[in-house]
This record gives sequence, structure tokens and C-alpha cells, in this order.
Amino acid sequence: MKNINNNTNTLNIASLNHWYGNGEMRRHVLQSISMEILPGEVVLLTGPSGCGKTTLLTLIGALRKVQDGDLKVFGKQLFGASRKTRQNLRKNIGMIFQGHNLLRCLTAEQNVQMGADLLNGFSYKARRAQSREWLRAVGLEDHLSKLPHDLSGGQKQRVAIARALAARPKLLLADEPTSALDSSTGREIVDLLKKLALEQSCSVLMVTHDPRILDVADRLLRMEDGQLLPSV
Amino acid sequence: MKFNNFFKKRKIPLAWLLLTRQPLRIFVAIAGIAFAGILMFMQLGFRDGLFDASVTVHKLFDADLVLISPRSKSSISMSGFPRRRLVQAMAHKDVIGTTAVNWNFLLWRNPENLSTRSILALGFEPSNPLLIDSDFERKAKTLKNKGRVLFDDLSRDEFGPISSWFKSGRLVETEVAGKRVRVSGIVSLGPSFGADGNLITSSETYLELSPGNPKGSIEIGLVRLEKGSDIEKVVRSLNISLPSDVKVLSLKSFIDFEKNYWKSSTSIGFIFTLGAAMGFIVGCVIVYQILYSDVSDHLPEYATLMAMGYNLRTLLGVVAREGFILSIMGYIPAYVSGQALYALVRSSTKLPVEMSFGRASIIFCLILFMCMGSAIAAMKKLADADPAEIF
Repeated sequence: MKNINNNTNTLNIASLNHWYGNGEMRRHVLQSISMEILPGEVVLLTGPSGCGKTTLLTLIGALRKVQDGDLKVFGKQLFGASRKTRQNLRKNIGMIFQGHNLLRCLTAEQNVQMGADLLNGFSYKARRAQSREWLRAVGLEDHLSKLPHDLSGGQKQRVAIARALAARPKLLLADEPTSALDSSTGREIVDLLKKLALEQSCSVLMVTHDPRILDVADRLLRMEDGQLLPSV
Repeated sequence: MKFNNFFKKRKIPLAWLLLTRQPLRIFVAIAGIAFAGILMFMQLGFRDGLFDASVTVHKLFDADLVLISPRSKSSISMSGFPRRRLVQAMAHKDVIGTTAVNWNFLLWRNPENLSTRSILALGFEPSNPLLIDSDFERKAKTLKNKGRVLFDDLSRDEFGPISSWFKSGRLVETEVAGKRVRVSGIVSLGPSFGADGNLITSSETYLELSPGNPKGSIEIGLVRLEKGSDIEKVVRSLNISLPSDVKVLSLKSFIDFEKNYWKSSTSIGFIFTLGAAMGFIVGCVIVYQILYSDVSDHLPEYATLMAMGYNLRTLLGVVAREGFILSIMGYIPAYVSGQALYALVRSSTKLPVEMSFGRASIIFCLILFMCMGSAIAAMKKLADADPAEIF
């Protein structure tokens, strides 16, 4: 995207509010959130379940319409943004999900290529080579043609990381990427994620419950009842 | 350059992989589409075959134009007109020859069990051409003797084992309309709706067999034109110059005239078209079910793709391509089985059921329409793919 200025913050949020439901049932899930992420920063977001972390993540990921407040990703205002704008913006945001969410009918290599296919201006061969390169980077060079079904949980999450990074995002959103993994695998995955993201100068916002991985963060944010707590 | 561009844009063939990695589902889909296709092939094949069967004799006439009485409605109710009209037609400069044909149903006695049955008898002057068949002239010569007939070996078996007796060298004699005749040759015409069998004889013998026939009255006049003459033009000018007790048709419109009678005055067309329509609907339901459950099963994956930045149009394209692939993969077995079943029908019913290019393409279009329509209906489910729900 041409209009991404390198000097702007990756993310700027100012007094963001969000509600679910209507009338009596209306719940205020995000209450005047303000935060920012600098390019290349790794930020962890923790808090009890139901506090609004995931909602915040989907808003930043341009998957939901912003109801109230300022939300700028790469300097682009998402409040009142059209569907098309949001769709285009998503190409620059990588996402890693709690479940791996790989396509069951595609091999590891093809799954990663679904990410690489979002890039314009590369030939099929080049995109394929890139996919292989990413799988090598996550240590799966021997499992290129395996289906997700035949991979372990940790391996699937590695493929998901490779897929997210293959689209060369400027911001990576991860929602509890380690929750389905045992502690040592979780640790490996998070380290890998951080290392590869930094090589791409890609910012990371990770939602997690996992106390063992908090030390990878440049900054730690805590959330409770829809509000960000002042940082410690 | 264009190819290069294509190569640059090439992506993972998601639709193809989605289908082929689920062998059971694609097998059910192909079986369903093929079944619907076969049903349509059979129903439309029977329909067209039955209509074609009504003109088996018509198609064999050696003629460019045909004269009939305007009162004739179909081959089973032909009226007569004066034979003189053919002589008058000869006056046109493009006409090079004519044949007067008598056409009526007579009672044939089965020489084996002596039962009688109605047979279509054609009477003509044996020195004139009648059928487009190189061997026919030789056979026609045998009719110059009185009381001789040519028997159609494609007639139904109820007329007796005439052709096998004849071919074994036996003298085959029987009664037609109460008069003794001898079979002097075998021809191949084929039964039609109206006639279970056919025989050909000379005008002289014909008049003997049906003495009630008004003198000088014929049912069909065949007219042959100079090569390269404009048939439609001659039809128009003859229709003007000849009296109104006769109607001039090109051979093609004579054939259509007969087919039209069976199409418009019987329920055959309706019945078989309805059968084909049912095949179409069954196919639609099957393909829709398959594609709908495929989309539902993969909904989280579609949502993931949307979250990654793929737009809805790309995903709709995936479903559309799935429909397209299914239509091709279902059509091929339907076509092959259709051919095999047509051959079976031909051998067991003597109906002229052929795979025509027109029908093959119509059914391909129907299957394509069926698959794409179902794909479009299944796309509605894609609207449920909300990327915000997958976190």
C-alpha cells in the first residue's frame, strides 16, 4: 500500500467504544480504549475471559465495523470505513487463530501459498518458492506435502504462522496461539513468531492467558471489564 | 504475453482441491448428475426417436418435392388427389421426373398362423424411382409381374417370419386383402407409429388388392427437380399454378408435416419432456444438496480466507468453479452411458434412437445450468461466513 507512511504508528486507538446487543440487552464491551503500537513492537494483551480482548482484536483486524471512536491502522481511519477499504486493509494484517484454521483440503505448502497468493506481482513459481521458504523458516521443510490432518498441533500452528507471514503483513494479530499446545511447544511457537515478525519489522499484538510467555513482550497491556488498566 | 499473464495470476486451484480431496462427496455428486443426465438423455432420446420413427418411410423417398391432398392429415389418414396433377407439374421447367404413389392400409395374413394384421401398402409404377437405395431398382423389376410384393424385413414379427423364409429360398405366398400375393424381394424401411409393417407393390397389383380405390386417384406424388434448382421457389410457383385440390411441399416440410402431427396431436411430446424435466429437477436437488453441505462444512475455512483478505467475490468464484467442474465430470459418464443405452434401445425396439449433436449439447447446457444454478443457490450460505466469528 502506497499510502502507508513509515513514520506513522502501526496502530492508534483513541476513546474506542463498542457495544453488543440492543435495548435492555445492550452491553458496553469496550469502554473508551486508547492505545498505540509502534512499528516492530511486540505487545501482549492479557485479562480474564469475557473482558473484551477478542472484540478489540476483531476491530483492529478490520473484521467488525467500528461503532464509536478513533481506530487507525497504518494511519488509516477505520471508523466509517467502507467494506472494501476494510477488505483491502486485511491483506496487510496477518492473523493467527486459537485453532489453527488451516484449510483441510490443502497441503501445508498450499496452505502457506494461500497467504502468498495475496501478494501481487509475483509469478506462481515465485510464490511457491516463497511458501517453501516460509515453511523452512518454521522448521517444516520435511512436511511440505502433508495435509493438516497428518500434522501435530504444534506443526499446524507453525504452518498457520508461515501462512500469516507469507502475505508480508505489517501487523500480526494472534489470539491465544498457544492455548492448544503444551508448554514447551507453546514457548517455541511464540519465540519463532517473535523472531520472524521482527525480521519483517512487523508489529505483533498477541492476546494470551498463558503466563509462561509474557516475557516475549516489549509491552504488556491488561484489560478488565472492557477497560485497559494503566500499565504497570 | 497473455499466457505469461495467466501464469502470473495463477493461484492454488482451490475449487478443484476442495472437490477432489473429498472422494466420497464428489462420487455422490457425479453419480447424481450422471443419473439426471442419463434420465434426460433417455427421455429426450425416446421422444425424438418416436418422432423420427414416424417418418422412417418418408425419409427414404427419392424426391425433392411431394404432392399431397390438402385433406391429408398424417400418414394414417391420407386422402387421394387426381394423378393428372403430377403430369401438370411436369410442365415446370425444373421438374425432371415424377412418381405416383398409392398409400393405404391393407390386411396382411400371417402365412405361419393365418392371423391378419393391418400393413401399410405402397403402390407405384416399378419403372419409376421410389426410394433412395442403389439396390432398389433391381428389386423393383421383380414387381413387373402381377401379384408380387416386396416385404419390409423390419416389420414387426407379428406379420410372420417372411424374410427368414424368403432368405432360406422358400417360396413365400400369402394373402393381402383376400387376394393371393407372392413375396419377390425384401426391403428395409422400418415400422413407424402408424404402421407396424410395410410392403411395396406395383400400381397394377395395388389396384387389384384394393379395387375400391377411385381410378386415377393417388395419395402421394413424388417430384424430382433438376440439380441445383431453388426448391422453395419451385414449391411456390407450383402451389400457384396447380389447382387447390393438391398441396406442394418440399420433402423436408413433408417430413415435418408428419412429425408435427404426432407432436401436436398426441401426448408423446408432453410425456417425455415431462420425464426429462423431472430428471433435471432431481439433478438440481442433488447438486444443490452437495454444494450446500460442502459450503456449510467449510464455512470456518471460508471465513478464515475472508479474514486473510480474500474478498467475497473470490470465494463465490470458488463455489462457481466447483459447480462448473461438477457439471463437466457428471456430463461425461452421462454421455457415455447414454450412447450405450441408445444402442441397447435400438437393438431391442428397432426405434431409430441416435445421439444427435443437438441433443448432446442441449443436455450439456441443461447440466451446466443445473450445476451453476445450484452453485448460485449454495452461495447464499457463504453470506453466513463471518470472519469476526472465528476468533
